[in-house]
Amino acid sequence: MGMKKPEDVILFKNNKRIDGRKPDELRPIKIEAGVLYRADGSAYVEWGGNKILAAVYGPREALPKHIQDPRKAIVNARYNMAAFSVEDRKRPGPDRRSIEISKVISEALERVILTEQFPRASIDVNIEVLDADAGTRCAGLTAAGVALADAGIPMRDIPVACAAGKVEGKVILDLCKEEDNYGDADMPVAIAPLTDEILLLQMDGHLTYEEFEKALDLAIKGCHIVSELQKKALLKKYERVLEVE
Amino acid sequence: MSSSVVPSIKKDFIYKLISEGKRIDGRAFDEYRSIKIETGLIRKAEGSAKVKIGNTQVLVGIKMDVGEPYPDSPDMGVLTTSAELIPLASPDFEAGPPGKEAIELARVVDRGIRESEIIQLDKLCIEPGEKVWIMFIDIHVLDQDGNLFDASLLASLAALYTSTVPAERFELGENFKLPLSKDPPISCTSVKLNNAIVIDPVLDEEEIADARLTVATDKKGDIRAMQKGLSGSFTIEEVKKIIKASIINGKKLREVLNKSIRG
Repeated sequence: MGMKKPEDVILFKNNKRIDGRKPDELRPIKIEAGVLYRADGSAYVEWGGNKILAAVYGPREALPKHIQDPRKAIVNARYNMAAFSVEDRKRPGPDRRSIEISKVISEALERVILTEQFPRASIDVNIEVLDADAGTRCAGLTAAGVALADAGIPMRDIPVACAAGKVEGKVILDLCKEEDNYGDADMPVAIAPLTDEILLLQMDGHLTYEEFEKALDLAIKGCHIVSELQKKALLKKYERVLEVE
Repeated sequence: MSSSVVPSIKKDFIYKLISEGKRIDGRAFDEYRSIKIETGLIRKAEGSAKVKIGNTQVLVGIKMDVGEPYPDSPDMGVLTTSAELIPLASPDFEAGPPGKEAIELARVVDRGIRESEIIQLDKLCIEPGEKVWIMFIDIHVLDQDGNLFDASLLASLAALYTSTVPAERFELGENFKLPLSKDPPISCTSVKLNNAIVIDPVLDEEEIADARLTVATDKKGDIRAMQKGLSGSFTIEEVKKIIKASIINGKKLREVLNKSIRG
């Protein structure tokens, strides 16, 4: 969004997108659960050109003490981009964008975690973007969902995210880099797939109400496909464990 | 690197094993863990490598930019090394600006690379005094189970040897392979605990170690850099023993590195 489209870039032609996908087609996605040794739970997600690691620590005592909530655990997600994950090197450490993304992801995760079971504790979710290629917050939240399940954190559901948007007037699923840069709208959505409750919703660009309905429907369909991949990844890890035993 | 405390019961256990000539993971005192190096993982980076030493994982990415040289070296490229001990990698790492440990790690790796002069910085000059290549080595620790020094240097080297200078992106002609000499220094770290010397410590060993010594050696087996750490001390005999073990293991590490950067 916001970048002026160069003349020679054609985002949509003959029902095909710039990277050859159909309007409702996701990029290739690979999910792996339990990839780190030190973390209590972890996941690795490759989504298009995105490569993302998530690690969960906790529930553990929330420190410093004044941040503790005597009624429930606090959920502290930290979205961070590696310096080498983007075209122009990013200065290490949080910036305003990553602080905002960390906040909306924390709030989305808090909704599904049974935080009331762990008063005064914190559940820390670290999301590291190692290679960025549009849609990092959705891929990051999806990885976080698997890492939380892998850590055995009690949840109402495994949260999952996927974006929909619009290019050249056409509503599409899961924007790639060019579509994100030169498209008309981008709308990341996270849901709890058992109930279709919306946990995260952002949008920038321009959509009519009808287009919004279509985009939301598409994003939720995308979430359900990704949700199946999340479950498969978790099952695969425990199949592996069973084989060893 | 001990911000957490190994419970004393575990310390007693490790000490007891050591006195029986054993280690917590069953290795011999002079036995290195298995190493795996993968290169070219990060599309957005000019070069990248992930190194696994046992359960320890470090990812290094190289980024390049065009900028001004330092006034005292107007015809040389600029090299910057940073390390981040991100909270993903260990329950003891905290978010925030790099602390003492991250800075020591980055500086030891930086020295190993800079002083060995494997990067031909004079070939990274575009216009003397005006424009040179600025190079960033970013060390991203992913899983901390001890010996970040060796893992980080190895990952940095593997990333450098597979890097391409992105000249096309800056409209400076064709991309070219990063100019490097062929003989990188390989570091090998040992620690002293309960008066025994063990090589390539896991985190549990590192946390109760009295002293640490990292020795970088070159292809000929000559010493190229050293760094002693922690508050304990070594006898002269112990230092000699560590250097000899570092030369032997350096050879093995070099083979693994060479295999990963070929092709």
